[in-house]
Amino acid sequence: MGNFITERMRVCATTGLTVDLDAQRFIKLNAVFGVVSLLIGAIAAYLLALTRWEAVALLDPIDYYKYISLHGLNMLIFWILFMEMAILYFCASTLLNSRNFSRALGYGQFGLMLIGWATVNFSVLSGRASVMMTSYVPLKAEQEFYLGMLLFAVGALLGVINFFGGVYIARRDRTYKGSMPLVVFGALAAAIIAVFTIVHGAIALIPAWLWSLGALEKAPDPGWYRLIWWGLGHASQQINVCAHVAVWYLLATLTVGAKPINQTVCRVAFVLYIMFINLASAHHLLVDPGVGAPWKMWNTSYALYLAVMASMIHGFTVPASIEVAQRKKGIGGLFGWLTKAPWKDPGFSAMFLSLLIFGFGGGITGVTLGTHQINIIAHNTLRIPGHFHMTVAGGTALAFMGLAYYVVPLIFQREYPLRALARVQPYIFGGGIVIMAVGMTLAGSMGVPRRHPDIDFTGARIAVDMGGATPFLAMLGIGGLIAATGAVIFAALTAYAAFFGKSNKGRAMTSWQTPEQDRMTKNLLTTAWNPAEGKLKTTGTVVLTLIFLASFVVYYFANWKALADVWYVK
Amino acid sequence: MSIFPVPNGWVRAPHGAERMWVGLALAWCLVLSAAMPYWHFRGRQTSAGEAYDVNPSDFEKRVAQFVAAGQVGDRNGLPIVEVPPGGHGYLIGKNWQWYPALKLKKGVEYKLHVSSGDYQHGFSLQPVNVNFHVLPGYDHVLTVTPTESGEFKIICNEFCGAGHHAMTGLIVVEE
Repeated sequence: MGNFITERMRVCATTGLTVDLDAQRFIKLNAVFGVVSLLIGAIAAYLLALTRWEAVALLDPIDYYKYISLHGLNMLIFWILFMEMAILYFCASTLLNSRNFSRALGYGQFGLMLIGWATVNFSVLSGRASVMMTSYVPLKAEQEFYLGMLLFAVGALLGVINFFGGVYIARRDRTYKGSMPLVVFGALAAAIIAVFTIVHGAIALIPAWLWSLGALEKAPDPGWYRLIWWGLGHASQQINVCAHVAVWYLLATLTVGAKPINQTVCRVAFVLYIMFINLASAHHLLVDPGVGAPWKMWNTSYALYLAVMASMIHGFTVPASIEVAQRKKGIGGLFGWLTKAPWKDPGFSAMFLSLLIFGFGGGITGVTLGTHQINIIAHNTLRIPGHFHMTVAGGTALAFMGLAYYVVPLIFQREYPLRALARVQPYIFGGGIVIMAVGMTLAGSMGVPRRHPDIDFTGARIAVDMGGATPFLAMLGIGGLIAATGAVIFAALTAYAAFFGKSNKGRAMTSWQTPEQDRMTKNLLTTAWNPAEGKLKTTGTVVLTLIFLASFVVYYFANWKALADVWYVK
Repeated sequence: MSIFPVPNGWVRAPHGAERMWVGLALAWCLVLSAAMPYWHFRGRQTSAGEAYDVNPSDFEKRVAQFVAAGQVGDRNGLPIVEVPPGGHGYLIGKNWQWYPALKLKKGVEYKLHVSSGDYQHGFSLQPVNVNFHVLPGYDHVLTVTPTESGEFKIICNEFCGAGHHAMTGLIVVEE
């Protein structure tokens, strides 16, 4: 039924799915540079953690600004987008039983992203672009920085076009029956948002580039630039959310044989992301001049927060599908489905920790900080990176790490070394992120700014004392070191496995789980069963989500109370 | 399965616990949506974003006039300027300092004009922890009523170049 080219395909010995060798090549290339970016970002993270931990105060301010720019770009943009490209190739080929759409687009995508990546990293490392990831005008970087960003974005756009082409030929050639798999549907949602995102990036960065070249005399208006830039900066995080939710569904299926209870609910939630997320750039302009309170409130909450609702829905459907699958295997009790889950499988532990950190940490703080008036007591404090390290690092990055524990054996066809270390890696990384983010959130609540190397304000005419935040900055430092170590362990194991790992060509990958767990999961994957049948309860998930909602309510109203106590201002 | 195509006919409404959760999530989102307009009318803190187009060099002249007219003291070479009760005060972020220092009275409403003479800055009043964004070319007008007396520091929490970490300022509030 597939449309494969015979000499360009192989059959996976583990899953029985067909793999297009072109797609496989591009998955490998993108994944490798994703992991290299992660390694660069993690090395920078060590330096930053050791600077903000006041007892160490490692870097001088100029170096700090350089390495925080490097860290933000590599972690938030390069690692994530290279991985997302890999996911798009995988979804449009193997999961649709189809081949890669265009080899030329593939090389165009990878080549441009690689050139952009190298240019930006050179520019930042040589001290020519210490402008932070956000590059707010009229702060100016050397021109090659903007050019590199644009090339990287165009490359990503080619990747998205290639993905759309892949979805089209699969449909045209009827390579699958019925509707596309849920995971591909999620990837499609991510790709659609990516188009909006990349267009925003081009609109903001092209004039900035022309200005840095001297072709435009005046810098773009800084308020306008922020509005458009965040159409790139925030919307790109929604690509991440879509992609990592798709990865949650994927890993839940691979690791425990989970099956969504109701595909309609899951798919509608993805559609809500597409329809209601693109104006989220307003979340960064909530205390800006030039845009009024009605504009800010509307763009924070338009269509009744339906994008938030989408995440809350996935936060239920993913664990519920796991719970139902576990109960189908005969595991009982309120939380037996969790206690008897394959926690030693890094694919599972990374996925579930990602779900918990993203929901309880990143989600609750994100909605609260993004509330128009509450933003007054949070804007640009350490609470902001506290939030997004729990969404992007604890959420997206951790989910992608879990994915890699399956991608490397299945696509690179090589096994991980030091498997015991791989099994604990998600806990090290996730644990470090949580410690660091809690430290950031608490320090930020005391007013400690983000992107700031020295809260002793050495050399300032007016002295400022923020000594009360010292223990929380120590938490930030220690948690950051633990998380960076977790990332380095992941990058080192994955790089070793990808190039030197034991080959498993022609046979199934070595399972991360026990033979008994494997047998039960395989049983679920190969038999027809209905997850919606009456006797399979989701009581544990209901309890879990009610605890989540209660935490949300408490945190949200505590913040209103904190706001009510500050000076009157409008 | 999430990784396999689904046969046609998969469209159906949620049931049971899933339906309950979708309903709860929607209800909570309605609360979130209502909270902001509620606070807009009933609360005392918001960001109206009131701003006027201003040439940075013109704004600097206004600040200089404001300092000349109302200077009442000096702190480490930074002039302290008393803002007339109910009147207008001017504050500029430039060359990695907030200039000048302002003197206010507790419980009195002021119009503070905040702008930048160079890059983007973050007006961050500490330890109150009130934060607003400051852009060059935008005269950002904050209507402020101090609710406590004492000395308050302003730091910069938007990266603004090499001296960002030492950018501070002062607001003194009297009873």
